[in-house]
Amino acid sequence: MRFLSLAGRNIKEVYRDPVSMILGVAMPAALLLLFSSIGKDAPLDAFTADNLTPGVTVFSFGFLTMFSAMLLAKDRQSAFLTRLLIAPLKSTDFILAYMLPFLPVAILQTAVCFAIGAILGITLDLSIALALVVLFTVAVACIGIGMILGSFFTENQVAGAGSLVIISISLFGGVWMDLKTVGGIFESVGYALPFAHAIDAARAILKGSGLGGVTTEFYWIIGYTLVFFLLGVFSFRWRTKHAS
Amino acid sequence: MKQNIGRNNKGPENENDYAVQTFGLTKKYGERIAVNAVNLSIKKGELFSLLGPNGAGKTTAIKMLSCLIKPTAGTAAIMGHDIKRNPAAVKQIINVSPQETAIAGHLSTWENLLLMGGVYGLSKEETKKRAQELIELVGLTGRAREQVRKFSGGMQRRLSIAMALISDPQVLFLDEPTLGLDPQARKALWKQIEKLKGQKTILLTTHYLEEADALADRVAIINEGKIVALGTPSELKKDIYGMQTMVIKAQNFTAEIIEDLKKAYPQTKKAENGIEIRAKELVFDDIVDYLRGQGVKIQWLSMKEPSLDDVFLSLTGKETADEVS
Repeated sequence: MRFLSLAGRNIKEVYRDPVSMILGVAMPAALLLLFSSIGKDAPLDAFTADNLTPGVTVFSFGFLTMFSAMLLAKDRQSAFLTRLLIAPLKSTDFILAYMLPFLPVAILQTAVCFAIGAILGITLDLSIALALVVLFTVAVACIGIGMILGSFFTENQVAGAGSLVIISISLFGGVWMDLKTVGGIFESVGYALPFAHAIDAARAILKGSGLGGVTTEFYWIIGYTLVFFLLGVFSFRWRTKHAS
Repeated sequence: MKQNIGRNNKGPENENDYAVQTFGLTKKYGERIAVNAVNLSIKKGELFSLLGPNGAGKTTAIKMLSCLIKPTAGTAAIMGHDIKRNPAAVKQIINVSPQETAIAGHLSTWENLLLMGGVYGLSKEETKKRAQELIELVGLTGRAREQVRKFSGGMQRRLSIAMALISDPQVLFLDEPTLGLDPQARKALWKQIEKLKGQKTILLTTHYLEEADALADRVAIINEGKIVALGTPSELKKDIYGMQTMVIKAQNFTAEIIEDLKKAYPQTKKAENGIEIRAKELVFDDIVDYLRGQGVKIQWLSMKEPSLDDVFLSLTGKETADEVS
């Protein structure tokens, strides 16, 4: 259980950085409140709590990519990872320690978004639990992307690459409105990636479709999550073997 | 003094008396040879310094000895455990303070030490006990609960060494422990390292000659991946050079005078406000008489014992640590 010590440290590194908490939790929450208040003045279907909450939650997961990539890149550059690699830790210890700490962040982000969503009018029933299954799956994909970026890029490069992921989710995920209504390249690219599928699925579940109504979307999400997770693990293992 | 002499040095006859032994340890990156067939034997409890300019192969050697990278050829044994065949056993008995500070910035001194104790599988009670001792040893008692990213470079280095000591390693690798520190912080860190002498086997890499001279029981000079000299600091100074150095500060030196002196003493060079003459036998009176005869006004003159700097210069052709950096 040596990984727990390292995982504990990684949690502290993230939570003790106020910028992380502001960007990853407070900003999405503020955006959710802002867009829903716009929706009240201009009654657009896109800006209802049912539509906005899943979208903003997935948008906030973009920051999981940024945080996990930044932590890994920073540890590589500062040689902290070298110190750890010299210790008698196994590969699984490293992977668990660098991935698990971000799940509580995802839970916190989801809890804050859905608490605001509940205030704004989401019905609190079992459908929320199903939506969370879909959303947490895509959160794991985002952490996997972070591991890939952190394994190959420097801290400065990660800032750029991580921002690109967040912008991509925002533009091609259908965060703010249904991609089908936007159409064109946004729709084509968006549905080639997992984020729009996750948001669509969570929206449909919140409207009562159940998991059975979003099977196709769920396969997309599961498939992409497996790919990103495994690529993240392989990238990390490759990096630790080429630490010098 | 050439390579492969490590085991010929005076020291223990029994293999069990060595903490670190390398056998033709080699690392190649493509065509470039970073470490070239290094043979060393470091005695238990010894503070051994690997001295060389940047890029000489010091850090690569430490990375191989700490099982971070695999040797291209040759091997090494740490307390009898082969680094290639039994890296898990090696990792349990060594620790490293890397060249970079390598600390967790958002954690306190105390938390950094508890983290490393946990990573090495120590019990909580044992970790806390050792952490308390180490905080006192490295003089961070008053700053134990502060986040370490706010610490000065010297304090971070001291913490880095404490983190490497938390597992009570039998062999400790200190890779350029004072790199980038100001002279005051460097001297303060030397005092901490001196406290460990005799308690642990320490392999310290440095490109500061003064550091190796001040701290090490024995020094190996490494250049372009090869060990070019090995011995105690005094042995190196005496055996390799055995030379005298005369430093003269004076006015009215001309290029012709220096050229004339070079005929008798080829290792004559310009120094700050004067000249430096190095030779096995310096005839003091002849030099002074000659200079006075040439109208040179001697302001200050001294005879200098050979330093490791001289040894280093003679072996590597490189002047000082700063110039080779």
